[in-house]
Amino acid sequence: MTLALIITALVTVLAAATVMSLRNLVHCALAMAVAFSGVAALYLQLNAEFVGFAEILVYVGAIAILIVFAILLTRSGETPEKSVLTSGWLAGVAVSAMVFTLLGWAVLTSSALPKEIAIAPAAPVKNIGDALMSKFVLPLEIVGLVLTAAMIGAVIIALKEDKKDNSGGQP
Amino acid sequence: MTPLQVCLLVSAFLFAIGFAGAVTRRHAILVLIGIELMLNAANLNFIAFWRYGAHPEALTGIIFVLFSMALAGAEAAVGLALVIAIYRHKKTSNLDEVKELKG
Repeated sequence: MTLALIITALVTVLAAATVMSLRNLVHCALAMAVAFSGVAALYLQLNAEFVGFAEILVYVGAIAILIVFAILLTRSGETPEKSVLTSGWLAGVAVSAMVFTLLGWAVLTSSALPKEIAIAPAAPVKNIGDALMSKFVLPLEIVGLVLTAAMIGAVIIALKEDKKDNSGGQP
Repeated sequence: MTPLQVCLLVSAFLFAIGFAGAVTRRHAILVLIGIELMLNAANLNFIAFWRYGAHPEALTGIIFVLFSMALAGAEAAVGLALVIAIYRHKKTSNLDEVKELKG
């Protein structure tokens, strides 16, 4: 079990590092799908089956496709010749390295983490559905409202700005 | 290292690499990918502490991650629509060239 966990963790970490180091955006999107699959496999090993499959559906399915569509629509599929980094990239890398060092030091030396391994909890889908429909029904409704608003807003934002410009196209 | 520490270290690395990407890369879509990686790091923390923490039968970690995923989906849809709108307006998705609030 531990060996599988370490292999999954390594795959996830390597894929995430690949996402931010490749130059071509399409390759970045593919590596991102691999990283999200690794996170989903981690969820499955942590006994959260429903969340793992939801991760595959939402991230590997929907968001990866959405990002590939955005890459195609903005015509940025080719490898850029110029630098892909911003002007102040060194400061950003330094800050993120400091963040990782601090978090890693805290995780490795903290005495607050539980030492003994807890017995594996079960999260059957029936219990999750019961909780969503009874205790968390108000947040569920609000999330539905937010998703609807986001969908309508995304359509309105991505609409064409000027209708007069494309009069030469289709009738 | 306990499995909990492995998960937390993976999560810390995902957060750091997502932050580095969001701050240093020039392309707007890669900034969004970095934000998604950071959200995934937070979700991984929730699931890890749900699995190894106290009172897992309350399912709070799982419920929080489900809501966070829904909000991440909404954020990705609006963010990519903004990227497409900016590309249509400015003919670029290079963040170094998108500096004006007006125009």
